[in-house]
Amino acid sequence: MTADTPEIRTVAVERDLPFAPEKIWRALTQPHLIEEWLMKTDFRPSVGEAFTFTAQWGAVEGKVLAIEPERSISYSWNAMGLESVVTWTLTPTAGGTRLRMEQTGFRPGQDQAYHGAAAGWPRFFDGLERVLAGLD
Amino acid sequence: MPDASDQIFRSLADPTRRALFERLCRDGEQTVGALTAGAGVSQPAVSKHLAVLKQAGLVRDRQAGRQTHYRAEFSALAPLADWTCEMTRFWDRRFDALEDLLGRMDQ
Repeated sequence: MTADTPEIRTVAVERDLPFAPEKIWRALTQPHLIEEWLMKTDFRPSVGEAFTFTAQWGAVEGKVLAIEPERSISYSWNAMGLESVVTWTLTPTAGGTRLRMEQTGFRPGQDQAYHGAAAGWPRFFDGLERVLAGLD
Repeated sequence: MPDASDQIFRSLADPTRRALFERLCRDGEQTVGALTAGAGVSQPAVSKHLAVLKQAGLVRDRQAGRQTHYRAEFSALAPLADWTCEMTRFWDRRFDALEDLLGRMDQ
């Protein structure tokens, strides 16, 4: 059985946006802007800085791991037993920027996956949806 | 290296096995005899299919007197729906919100 062996999984979302990298960079790294599309945060774009994304239902703890201004930024994303790393990459294109988000993490062990799947994750996402629906 | 999901997909690829699993999901615990009645195949064949489902962790059996009862093990499907599906959906929506914000920043 491989069920209790942690397994690395990756989620990637990529989109071509009609905006300059400089502008997207600001939305990704300035707290008052991050708050508008993601969550409330005390984020500071500086390697080694710890930060929290917060909402009514809980929090995501993170730490800035690497920065290349207007090109890429990566930070840890720890929530609900999921330890992962989120990396944003900005590539200039003719019409603007190709923005890619990659999240890599360990699949929790089976017990944790059951608890996570049964209780944590749906609650996590329901909470997010509720909060974000209010924002949108 | 075969993992739990491979085994789940392989055991459900067979239509007879899938039908047996679906019946257990829908109707709850049943004896091999009851399952055979609706399966359109012989009892030994049904028992064989149930053994494959059991090995994949999709069903559980329980001996009661001379009867073996089977029930579906829903939690076996958990590896197929882990955090990656939810997370992809989450980020896709955040991209929408980000794009919307970027549009407003223009003004």
